[in-house]
Amino acid sequence: MTDIKYLKSGGHWRRWFIGLAVVAVVVALLPLLFGSPFAVAVMTQMGIAIVFALSYNMLLGQGGMLSFGHAVYFGFGGYFAIHVMNYLSDSGVPIPLPFLPVFGGLAGLLLGLCLGSFSTRRAGTVFAMISLGLGELMFSAGNIFSRFFGGEEGISGDRTGPVEFFGFNFAREIQVYYLVAFWVLAAGFLIYLYTRTPVGRLSNAVRDNEERLEFIGYSQRNIRLITLAGSGLFAGIAGSLTAIAYEILTVEALSGHTSGNVLVMTFLGGVGVFFGPIIGAIVLNLLSTVLSTLTTLWLLYLGILFLFIVLFLPGGIASLIMMHRPVLATGRLKSLLVPYLMAALYGVILLSGLIGLLEMAHFAKFAAVGNTTMEFLGWVLDIETVLPWALFGGLAVAGVVLIKKHIPVVAAAYHDAVTGGIAQDAKGKVGEAEA
Amino acid sequence: MSAAAIKLVELNKGFGQTPIIRGVNLEIAKGERHAIIGPNGAGKSTLFHLISGRYTPTSGEILLNGERIEGKPPYEIFRRGLSRSFQITNIFPRLSVFENVRCGLMWTMGYGYAFWKVVEAEKTLNDKADEILERIGLTGRRDTPAGVLTYAEQRALEIGITIAGDAEVIILDEPTAGMSASETSEMVKLIRNVTEGKTLVMVEHDMGVVFDLADKISVLVYGRVIASDAPARIRENADVQEAYLGTEYLADA
Repeated sequence: MTDIKYLKSGGHWRRWFIGLAVVAVVVALLPLLFGSPFAVAVMTQMGIAIVFALSYNMLLGQGGMLSFGHAVYFGFGGYFAIHVMNYLSDSGVPIPLPFLPVFGGLAGLLLGLCLGSFSTRRAGTVFAMISLGLGELMFSAGNIFSRFFGGEEGISGDRTGPVEFFGFNFAREIQVYYLVAFWVLAAGFLIYLYTRTPVGRLSNAVRDNEERLEFIGYSQRNIRLITLAGSGLFAGIAGSLTAIAYEILTVEALSGHTSGNVLVMTFLGGVGVFFGPIIGAIVLNLLSTVLSTLTTLWLLYLGILFLFIVLFLPGGIASLIMMHRPVLATGRLKSLLVPYLMAALYGVILLSGLIGLLEMAHFAKFAAVGNTTMEFLGWVLDIETVLPWALFGGLAVAGVVLIKKHIPVVAAAYHDAVTGGIAQDAKGKVGEAEA
Repeated sequence: MSAAAIKLVELNKGFGQTPIIRGVNLEIAKGERHAIIGPNGAGKSTLFHLISGRYTPTSGEILLNGERIEGKPPYEIFRRGLSRSFQITNIFPRLSVFENVRCGLMWTMGYGYAFWKVVEAEKTLNDKADEILERIGLTGRRDTPAGVLTYAEQRALEIGITIAGDAEVIILDEPTAGMSASETSEMVKLIRNVTEGKTLVMVEHDMGVVFDLADKISVLVYGRVIASDAPARIRENADVQEAYLGTEYLADA
């Protein structure tokens, strides 16, 4: 019912702009908190991934179209942008660098319209298979047409080449961060607005029931085509930002690996909620940049996390957050604090045991012959002694047991928090009535 | 005289070697409430799928307000003023009840494939959707995902989506299927209310509903219309009694 009030007061725009402003302030201040060149580089990479993942979720979450070849639009937009960048550098046409994503985005949009004209005839498996085929096709094209795609070396550019933008030449990484941040905010806001347009709503409808849509006046194919074109537009923008940030594009950008990556990101974060892909992009990039400096096994951990999400949390990380909206309504969030902290503690016990075992096994297999001492979390241990194996094994087993015992406690606490204790009252009343 | 709302001329539809609809001729006047009855497997639902564009006929003509529509896609037929409901509930389960109805309104209210307007700002659209919710009695369930409604509520929503676009010709496929007696009488009231001044064609098994609502009844048996007449005369028709209903069945109605 709160929705009605917003509708009538026209407060939706105010609400959206306030949200945007808050996010903008946070994004602007982030480099003050994380100012190291490494952190700025990671955040830039995250920003690009956020735009890409949001564009992907226009297909998957909004339109119900599972694509295995979304890198096609990302890569094509990026290549187009880097060619435009080189053209601007050579010709001196006075278009500054920040406008580059407009070109890359339009390239993605056009490619979406072209490929979508036949790939969107059907949804479901057919669409997924066509997207896979098109992805492979574009990837091979990338290796064959070296004039445009640059073959093995790719195409490189110089982002300081185009005319300066109010005195900025974008030689410094921090300037690139703010350029990317601007486009993340703009693209994110536009994609959100898109979900609120008639076509955006109808793309949800086509996801739910494509057949019925035809009987209320809409061609399911046209809705899917528009969705794909829009998604291509924003993927192209993400590709352009890559061209700006790294000044090079290789066929890797068109590959199945890139397509798989955006699928994993989006799914990890959650396809059902608008901000899900944002979380997914942040988490995946944290893992691939920060975790990869700590351990060579980071891909294994990522795989385990992904499996865990798919099996136990199909709504992604965002669904964990959304689960607590009803709890906010009953105002009982505090009652969950202790059970959650305990769960976190047991989780840490389990994880430290598991990680210890995995790292030791990995070390035993790949260390130089004769070298049996490794360092783990500042502890120098000898893998040929029993103690570390017993310790980590014990931690892992203890973690599993503790978590198994704790699951019903968390479930009960959550249930109470959601119902605000009403369920018990009701039970009490039923009991009386029976008596 | 203006053209019939729906006119079927020598309509045939077969699947492979099996003919389902075998030369149907039927005329339904504007503003009429027309019921199509017949035993299971007579081809009633197939006939509706043909009229609404889900199937393409093998041969024959379908005219909507005098214009041929056979073989056109469903959305074209909808845009020419024909809207249908489904026997098996066919809604948008993850959208809210309100959104379901709003989607049904969009084409008729001229939104087309607009991506430059946000729905929150479209007051007339939202008011109209709320008004339809009021008429189908689902205002209290406005923000509930349609998939979790009760069966009877989903049936009402099914009607709501169908009539939202304000089509002149409404075709309903077994609107009371699987409903209890009280739910059925609510549904009859609802149908009467929302199809006021429109042409209504419905397939229905409940003879009470048929004789209550219909101005005219057509009997379909093995893909042929064996009679098309006023309810009282259908009741007396010997062929109909023999082919389908049985004397007692009709006498009860």
